Amino acid sequence: MQKVNQELAIKHGLTAEEYNKIIKLMGRNPNLVELGIFSAMWNEHCSYKSSRIWLQTLPTKNKYVIQGPGENAGVVDFGDDDVVIFKIESHNHPSYIEPYQGAATGVGGILRDVFTMGARPVANLNSIRFGSPSHEKTKYLLNGVVSGIGGYGNCIGVPTVGGETEFDECYNGNILVNAMNIGIAKKNKVFYSIASGVGNPVVYVGSKTGRDGIHGATMASAEFDEDSESKKPTVQVGDPFTEKLLLEACLELMKKKSIVSIQDMGAAGLTSSSIEMASKGNLGIKINLNLIPCRENNMTPYEIILSESQERMLIVLKKGKEKEARKIFEKWGLDFAIIGQLTNSKKLELEFNKKIVCNIPIHSLGDNAPKYKRDYITYSYPKTVNHDSAIEELNIKDSLIKILSHHNYSNKSWVWEQYDHMVMTDTIQKPGGDAAVVRYHGKNKGIAATVDCVPRYCKAHPKSGAMQAVCETWRNLISVGAQPIAITNCLNFGNPEKKEIMGQFVDSINGMKEACEALDYPVISGNVSLYNETNGVAIYPTPTIGGVGLLKNINNMMTFTFKNTENVIVVIGETLGHLSQSALIYDVIGDKEGPPPQINLKKEKKNGLFVSDLIKDKLVNAVHDISHGGIIVTLAEMCMASNIGVKIKVSGSNSDKIKYLFSEDQARYLIEISKKSLEKIKTIANAKNIKIDIIGKTQDEIFEVENHFKISVKELKTKNESWFKNYNKN
Amino acid sequence: MKASVIVFPGSNCDRDVKVSLEKFSIKTSMVWHADAKLPKSDLVVLPGGFSYGDYLRCGSIASKSRIMKEVIAHSKKGGLVMGICNGFQVLVESQLLPGVLIRNINLKFICKNITVKVINNKTNFTSKTSRNSVLEIPIAHNEGNYFASKDLINELEDNNQIILQYCDLTGNITEQCNPNGSIKNIAGIINKKGNVFGLMPHPERASDELLGGMDGSLIFKSLK
Repeated sequence: MQKVNQELAIKHGLTAEEYNKIIKLMGRNPNLVELGIFSAMWNEHCSYKSSRIWLQTLPTKNKYVIQGPGENAGVVDFGDDDVVIFKIESHNHPSYIEPYQGAATGVGGILRDVFTMGARPVANLNSIRFGSPSHEKTKYLLNGVVSGIGGYGNCIGVPTVGGETEFDECYNGNILVNAMNIGIAKKNKVFYSIASGVGNPVVYVGSKTGRDGIHGATMASAEFDEDSESKKPTVQVGDPFTEKLLLEACLELMKKKSIVSIQDMGAAGLTSSSIEMASKGNLGIKINLNLIPCRENNMTPYEIILSESQERMLIVLKKGKEKEARKIFEKWGLDFAIIGQLTNSKKLELEFNKKIVCNIPIHSLGDNAPKYKRDYITYSYPKTVNHDSAIEELNIKDSLIKILSHHNYSNKSWVWEQYDHMVMTDTIQKPGGDAAVVRYHGKNKGIAATVDCVPRYCKAHPKSGAMQAVCETWRNLISVGAQPIAITNCLNFGNPEKKEIMGQFVDSINGMKEACEALDYPVISGNVSLYNETNGVAIYPTPTIGGVGLLKNINNMMTFTFKNTENVIVVIGETLGHLSQSALIYDVIGDKEGPPPQINLKKEKKNGLFVSDLIKDKLVNAVHDISHGGIIVTLAEMCMASNIGVKIKVSGSNSDKIKYLFSEDQARYLIEISKKSLEKIKTIANAKNIKIDIIGKTQDEIFEVENHFKISVKELKTKNESWFKNYNKN
Repeated sequence: MKASVIVFPGSNCDRDVKVSLEKFSIKTSMVWHADAKLPKSDLVVLPGGFSYGDYLRCGSIASKSRIMKEVIAHSKKGGLVMGICNGFQVLVESQLLPGVLIRNINLKFICKNITVKVINNKTNFTSKTSRNSVLEIPIAHNEGNYFASKDLINELEDNNQIILQYCDLTGNITEQCNPNGSIKNIAGIINKKGNVFGLMPHPERASDELLGGMDGSLIFKSLK
């Protein structure tokens, strides 16, 4: 066996200080297997050592939360003994190295997190971010990631119902692949990872263990450089077919009363799953590595314990239930091996060829893992930038078309048509709207879900940006008629050892905290991905938020498509004309300076609840939240989705009009109402002190800004739908 | 009417099709691929999905599964068989239907609503549709590009075996509205005897107003 010393520890991604801590905790030098285990458990990805103290400050409870962070996924109450279980997770580093498998196993991993808890997965969502379209790797990465996500989700038969796809040069060397999954279960049939019962058998099920993915989590905790390509072997290979079998087998076993606890083998494989179960139960665990089903010959204990082969689960069974469980897994053609048992030693004991090859006190791996309060700076709100000279002469029609045909705002059907978004026949609101809605199978209620973040806002002012991300998900859920319940977050940042990056992280957490508290919209699960840097250049701070809402009655679901001509179009919320960091200024004009729009949480809540009530009272025909591109782009999207035109009127100078139409002020919605509802809505808005603007009406097929221009909706669609097709032509 | 839905490992539209069959009062049981006996059924449905992971070639491993011997025997006796998407691929691989299904011409998975024209409504599967009517039904596949030799195509045409063809909203059969490159825009065919039907579109995904349409239900209604 290789000699273990400080040098080897450093090669494993540990610091000299951490290595000394290991020796102190063990009371001796670790052997190679033990060192591998410590490095796997103490890397950033598994230990959250830089982020933990900050994550603890986030609100994690409201009256719907059954399980907050700390389990495989969070659980919320959906009434009638139904629960919804969800989580988002990153698979950034592997997807950059090998886009198809990286993205595919990202989907596979998050699916397992959800069905481990006893849920049937019912919806996949994702947020994927690439570098500039002109960067040499972007097309390859885009195509690989999209087909990887599709390849896995389509095969396992869980619809991919929503997400976001964006490009920015800040992701040239570090793309982001964040995958979210939502599952449903019965309240009394949720499974947790806390082990109990000394002597209970520990069972391994699923695929065989191979040499793939060894030290994947360590790789995911390091920056990239020119040699990153050589890390390809650390990327796992996915097999969605086996996962489908594992899913069905686990759900079948879960119907019986034989499982004590269950945990999927994700990052750091068998190591983290066994340690997590034992540590939560304050027990020990003993495993005979010779009993692990291996795919390759002569695998060493080091390889077996650190492999990240996919589609594997660890189960603690009630003693005596082994036969019943084995029968189910054999029916599904999966490996089933009793590999050890729970002990009261509070140690992780691994045996191989009748020798103990690892003997680590479990508390030293988890509770005693390093926790860092890293240095950070605080970002103040940037100085206002005057855009008057840039917009004075700007043509409204040209600007609209430039945004609609821009890669970030063009129609994304090229992406989501590669995903089966209809399987399970419950997708009642498909991709393309504000939020996806999946009917709760066999019931009259629905699950609304959305994933959002605007990284350019986050870069300009991390705190406002994170607040905005939370608010945008909230708004999107409101817009489909749902009641926002809780969020999951995927925090993608650069190297936390730099105080500027740590500052972005801390400010984002603080922003998120304020927004979640104000909206009673807690964080119930999530994941942190740090070291998203290449050659020292970090990505924009990207705290991706996945929001989930309850649609109490699916017949009250709202959509953003216009329903009829001669209806009134109303803007809800105040338009102040904030242009910095907007689609127009940032992406079309190319000025990246200035603050993001301000967030006013009181207004956010007030305006949202107002819209929510209008939907409940059936006073509106269509709702769309106003986001990128402002009022005019939001309107165009509603027109394109319904083939109905609009005629609107704006007043003032050209600059005034540009500000009104393109600004990205927050807490706003566009609604379509019938003429007869107008007075009623005015009265309610007045009583609640909510600003509304009546800006025009719907009409046949022509998009018109009075005294400026007319363009057919068909032409807008052609502009909006061409980018992806042209980009991927060859 | 009694139906059996075959569940292969990797099938993923088995439940969806069961929901639709039962919605139109067809009694449905699920039959596991390893079962040796098919329960007494009037109709066997091979559902969509990725049977056996679609490894080797779509539908090929499934075509050799134990239950398929029973399904083939059922069809030889004149029993009805319908294969949807992966089920269609299994039927082709089992040679219960002629031709092959190869990769979509754009080499990508395609999931979207498309329109098909009913060419032959005088079958057990399309009797409740009108000839030349246009149905809006989603597709979701990677290998739905139907291919056959010229002679075979002539034969299919002569025998009225082409049931559905991809078309535009008004029923024109053009290259533009062919989503996957299928020869003659073929979306669904029937065997000569008229009891085995394979189609790429998913009628079970268009049998519920909330999902955006009821056109697929005409196929389930025809089965009764």
